[in-house]
Amino acid sequence: MLGRSIGKNSLLLACFALVTAGLLAGTYQLTRDQIELAERAAAQAALFEIIPQEQHTNDLLEDTLVIPQEGWAQLGLNFGGLIHRARQNDQVTAVIIPSVAPDGYSGAIRMLVGVNREGTVSGVRVLNHRETPGLGDKVDLSRSDWILSFDGRALGDPPAERWAVRRDGGDFDQFTGATITPRAVINQVRRTLEYVEENRELLFPESAENGNVSTRETTPSN
Amino acid sequence: MSDTVDYRQISKNGLWTNNPALVQLLGLCPLLAVTGSVVNALGLGLATLMVVTSSNMIVSLIRKGVSDAVRLPAFVMIIAALTTCIELLMNAFTYELYTILGIFIPLIVTNCAILGRADAFASKNKLLPSTVDGLTMGLGFLLVLLAIGAVRELLGSGTLFANMHLLFGEGARGWTLTVFPNYPGFLVAILPPGAFIVAGFLIALKNVIDSGIERRQETRRAKPIKGSKRVRTTGAIS
Repeated sequence: MLGRSIGKNSLLLACFALVTAGLLAGTYQLTRDQIELAERAAAQAALFEIIPQEQHTNDLLEDTLVIPQEGWAQLGLNFGGLIHRARQNDQVTAVIIPSVAPDGYSGAIRMLVGVNREGTVSGVRVLNHRETPGLGDKVDLSRSDWILSFDGRALGDPPAERWAVRRDGGDFDQFTGATITPRAVINQVRRTLEYVEENRELLFPESAENGNVSTRETTPSN
Repeated sequence: MSDTVDYRQISKNGLWTNNPALVQLLGLCPLLAVTGSVVNALGLGLATLMVVTSSNMIVSLIRKGVSDAVRLPAFVMIIAALTTCIELLMNAFTYELYTILGIFIPLIVTNCAILGRADAFASKNKLLPSTVDGLTMGLGFLLVLLAIGAVRELLGSGTLFANMHLLFGEGARGWTLTVFPNYPGFLVAILPPGAFIVAGFLIALKNVIDSGIERRQETRRAKPIKGSKRVRTTGAIS
């Protein structure tokens, strides 16, 4: 008697599991393409904000370079990442580098830093952060345009010691009530620019012919 | 339970008398966490509304086939599947809102209000009343979310309906109402304490209204009795 009721109930539950699993599989099949499209569009929108579509001729999303492991620490990356390259007539004109400021007020601040061939910043965007709403979240472009103050800056402009918030004697504004967040972002942008400077040959090969693969071979391995 | 279903009573229950957020105090986790702005509140409220309505419908349809012993696991399975469907749909069609709401969409599964309605109402009632119950319960929850979201957005950043394009597409980009221009922002309203405070005030407001209604009804009921008594007294004196 008991055995029969257990058997009946488990059969019933199994049927339920099958039906719900089927429902989920169906929904997944229906939405899969759309989800992929949406994710791609979001990634692309972030890249286009840094390097506008008219300034490059290649597919930013596809033209990537795996970051060599020795650069991970400098860029604050734990698991590596991809550098996106913008080209005009096959020459790399700018790169977009993922970079993580480890010392935000509440944890890491993930961002994208775009750097032009001549070493100037083409744009910085914060992708993801947990800074205090209303204070530290002004690094986000939707809250304030502070992040645009990096545009056009380079390692010598301002000089290295002035890559800091005004309170620390630097050239960049802090926000009222928040200095830790902008300090973290500024330092990480500076470190990213230094990374670009040190890896110039890898990121911006001289001409199109010794692009991609051959450059990686010519990068000093000593 | 009587044969004629009182839909007005069901609706009143969901929207006011037994409101999941203000009276039952269920589902407070998303209520407090995502109500920083109207668009977030509306997104999560709509998702919850859809899950609770469809789960009530399905539970009501299968209520005779499920034995008591496996009732709860079966209901949970239905709710979890529906939530995941909604999550996939939001991921596909409202991608940015999906990234903002993040973990709180899958957490709809754990909203006790939904399992509560499935077990307390839908498993004992026919399809139509259960659907109405789900709709009004969900709507009651949505309205409270919206109210808290609107108050917090207004106090916190001085705007209303900002970023509505996340939910309604590019056409809604201009819906933002800047109520206080150059508003410096009021941090407490955006942070979690603001959610508790606003929710507390809403509950208090509901109680004030309820006791007001009750008092008015009492006086209305009491008056004719008093009057008739007075007639009798005067009659006795003369």
